[in-house]
Amino acid sequence: MSALPRAGELGLIGCHVCGLVCRDTASGDMACPRCGSSLHRRKSASYMRTWALLIAAFILYIPANVLPIMRTASLGDIDDNTIISGVMELWAKGSPDLAVIVFTASILVPLTKFLVLGTLLISARRGSNWARPQRARLYRLVEFVGYWSMLDVFVVALMTALVQFGFFSLVAPLPGVIYFGLTVVLTMLASMSFDPRLIWDGKDDDD
Amino acid sequence: MTDESTTPGGGELPQPVVRHRRVGVSLIWLVPILAAAVGVSLMVHAWLQAGPVISISFKTAEGLTANKTPVKYKSVVIGKVQQIRLSHDHSHVEVKVDLDKSAESFATAGTRFWVVRPRIGLGGVSGIGTLLSGAYIGVDVGDSHKPQHAFKGLESPPSVTHDASGRSFILHADDLGSLDIGSPVYFRRIQVGRVASYRLDKDGQGVTLQVFVDSPYDRFVTVSSRFWNASGVDVSLGANGLKLDTQSLATVLAGGVAFQNPQGPHDSTPAKEDASYRLFSDEATAMAPPNGPPHYIRMRFDQSLRGLAVGAPVEFLGVDFGKVVSIRMDYDEKTQRFPLIVGAVVYPDRLGRAHDKLVALAKARGDNADLSHMVGMLVAHGLRAQARTGNLLTGQLYIALDFLPHAAKVKYNPDARPLEIPTAPGSFDKLQEQLAEIVTKIQKVPFDSIGKHLDSTLADLDRTLKQVNGKVLPQVNDTLQGAQHTLGSANNMLAGDSPLQQNLSATLDELRRMARSLRVLSDYLGVHPESLIRGRRADPKVVQPAPAAPSNASQGSKP
Repeated sequence: MSALPRAGELGLIGCHVCGLVCRDTASGDMACPRCGSSLHRRKSASYMRTWALLIAAFILYIPANVLPIMRTASLGDIDDNTIISGVMELWAKGSPDLAVIVFTASILVPLTKFLVLGTLLISARRGSNWARPQRARLYRLVEFVGYWSMLDVFVVALMTALVQFGFFSLVAPLPGVIYFGLTVVLTMLASMSFDPRLIWDGKDDDD
Repeated sequence: MTDESTTPGGGELPQPVVRHRRVGVSLIWLVPILAAAVGVSLMVHAWLQAGPVISISFKTAEGLTANKTPVKYKSVVIGKVQQIRLSHDHSHVEVKVDLDKSAESFATAGTRFWVVRPRIGLGGVSGIGTLLSGAYIGVDVGDSHKPQHAFKGLESPPSVTHDASGRSFILHADDLGSLDIGSPVYFRRIQVGRVASYRLDKDGQGVTLQVFVDSPYDRFVTVSSRFWNASGVDVSLGANGLKLDTQSLATVLAGGVAFQNPQGPHDSTPAKEDASYRLFSDEATAMAPPNGPPHYIRMRFDQSLRGLAVGAPVEFLGVDFGKVVSIRMDYDEKTQRFPLIVGAVVYPDRLGRAHDKLVALAKARGDNADLSHMVGMLVAHGLRAQARTGNLLTGQLYIALDFLPHAAKVKYNPDARPLEIPTAPGSFDKLQEQLAEIVTKIQKVPFDSIGKHLDSTLADLDRTLKQVNGKVLPQVNDTLQGAQHTLGSANNMLAGDSPLQQNLSATLDELRRMARSLRVLSDYLGVHPESLIRGRRADPKVVQPAPAAPSNASQGSKP
C-alpha cells in the first residue's frame, strides 16, 4: 500500500459536523470555528468508551438471559419464559422458522456484536494492519444490524399491549426484557463510540 | 483565544477554537460500574432469596412440570419444582423443589407434600381450579423444627391439615365398609369431622381408623360415646310400618361414621385425644347395651335347616341373645343320617340382670366359668334350641332357646367344649309333619272311583230326566187340565146362588129347628121324666100349684 499522508501528518483536522478543515494546532480542546462543535482527530477516548459500554452491555446481557422476559398466562396456566426457553419452546412446538428468527435476533446478534466489537477494539489498539477493509466492513455490518436488535423487546411490548384478556390470556413483561433492552442500547452506543478510523491507524507498512 | 480562532491564520486554513476541558475524568466507566452493580445486586438478591432445595418422591409425576409447577401453602406460592427425574429403580419419581427463603420452615420433619389434582369422588369434588391452571404441590407443615430435605409425597391430600383444631380418635372396626379417607363423621346429622386415615390391624383381624372431629364439636365425644358406620340405608319393617333411616344422601353413596352419646344417664366426660372406640355396624347395635364377652355354643339339628343363614339371630325367650356363626354338616353312622351342626356366638350379658343372678348362683355352687352345670340344670328343666320360622314369606329361620314343658329327657355332657345345647324339632316342623300326614290320608281317599261312579250316576239321571221330559210331562199336563175342570165345577157348585148351597141352607134351617124341638123335649123330659112312661099330662089350668112343683122338680132332678 502506498503511504498516503494522513490529515494528522499534514497538520489538518476536519470538523465532523460541517466538514470544515482547520489547522491542527494540537492545543488541548479544539472547536470548529464555523459551527462550534468540538474538533478531534479521532473520537475522543473511543477505546475507553467503547470498552466501558461493551463491558456494561455484556454484564447486563447475563441477567437478560437468565431472568424470564415474558409471562404468558392462558386460562390460569402461567408460563414464564426466558429468551432461550422461549426459543426452545417455539422450536418444540413446531415453529422452527420463528425460533430461528428469535434466536438470531436475541442471541446470535448480540453475541456477534460483542465478538466483533471486541475484535475491532483489540486489533485497532494493537495497530494491526490485518484485513483492514474486512474489519471496516464488519463495523458497518454491526452498525446496520444494531437497528434490528430490539426485536425481542418489540415482541414483548407488542404482545403485552395486544394480549390482555384477563383470565383467558395474558402477556406481561418480566424484568429480563429490561436488561435485554439495556444490553441492546449499550451495544449500539458502544458501536457508535467506536471510531472506525482507528482501524486504519497504526503502522502502514505493506505485508 | 476566541479572537485568534475566528481569524484564519497561518496558511489558508482556519485555526480551531481551543477550549478548556470541562470534565477531567471520563465518566463513561460509571456505566459498566452501574451495570456491574445491578448484576451483583441481582446475584445477591437471588442468593438471599434462595431457600432450601428439597426432594419429594411421588408415585407419578402426573401434572408436574419442571420449572413451572408451584408449591403452595394455603394458596401462597412458596416454591417451585426445579427438576423431575425417575428414581434409580424406576419405582417412583424424585421431584426437586426450590423453596423460597421465607419457606425455610417447611423443610422440616413432619411436613407433608401432595399433588393437588382435580379429584372427583362420591364425597365431593376437589382441586377443580387445577383443571385449568395445572396441578400444584400442596403442603402441610408439621410441628417439628428438625430440618429435613427428603420427603415422601402423599398420594392423596390429607383430610386433616395440621392447623385444623379439634381432636382425633381411634376406631376399631371389623371391616372398613364403604369408608375412605375423608369420609364424613356426623353428630346429630351435622358433619363434624372426617376419617383421617385407616390401616389394617397387624394381625389382620380388623381395621383401625383414625377420625378427626373438628373443634368445637370434639367436646361432644365423651368417654361413653358410641360410633357406628352410617353408610347405606337402614330399612326396618316394624309394627309401625316401614321405616327408612339414612344419614345423608352423600353418606348413602360414599359412607360415613356417626356418633352419639347413649340416652339416659351416662358419663359425659369429654374423651381424651386419640381415645379408642369400637365402630359398630349400625346404630341399633351401637346403642344396645354392651355385649360383654362372647360364648360359643353348638347345636345339633336332625332336620333340614333350609332358611337358616350365618348371621341369623339366636333368641332366648325372645331376647336377642347372639347369632349363628357356622352351619356344618355331619354324618352319623349309627342312624345313617346327616345332622347339621350349628355354631353360634351368644352374649350372656345381653340377658341383663338374669345373667348376673345366674352367675352369682353358679359361683356360689362352685360352677366353672362356662357355667356348664348351670346350663345343664336349665336343660333338665326343658331348655332346648329350636329352629323356628322368623318370616313366613321368606321362610327364614332363627334359633330360639326356649323351655319346652314336655321335652324328652336328653343326655347332657357338662364337660363338652363348646357347650352343646340339645335341640328339639321346631314348631313349624311339627306342623309340617302333621300337614303331611293329613295329606297322605287325603291321598288315600279313592277319588278316581268316586268320580267314575258319580259320572255313571249322572248319566243315568240324565236318561231318566229325558224320559220324564218326553213321556211323563204331557200326561201331567192332561191331568192338570182335568183337575182344572173339576175345580171349576166344584167352584160352580159352591157358589152362593147354587142349588146345592140353597138346599144346604134349607137343610141347615131344618136341622136348627129340629135341634130346638129336641131341646124343648129334653127340657120337658127333665121336668117331667114320668112322661116317658105315662105320657104327657094335660096342661095345668091354674097356676097356683105351680110354686110347689119346681121345688119337687129340683129335688127330683138331683139324683
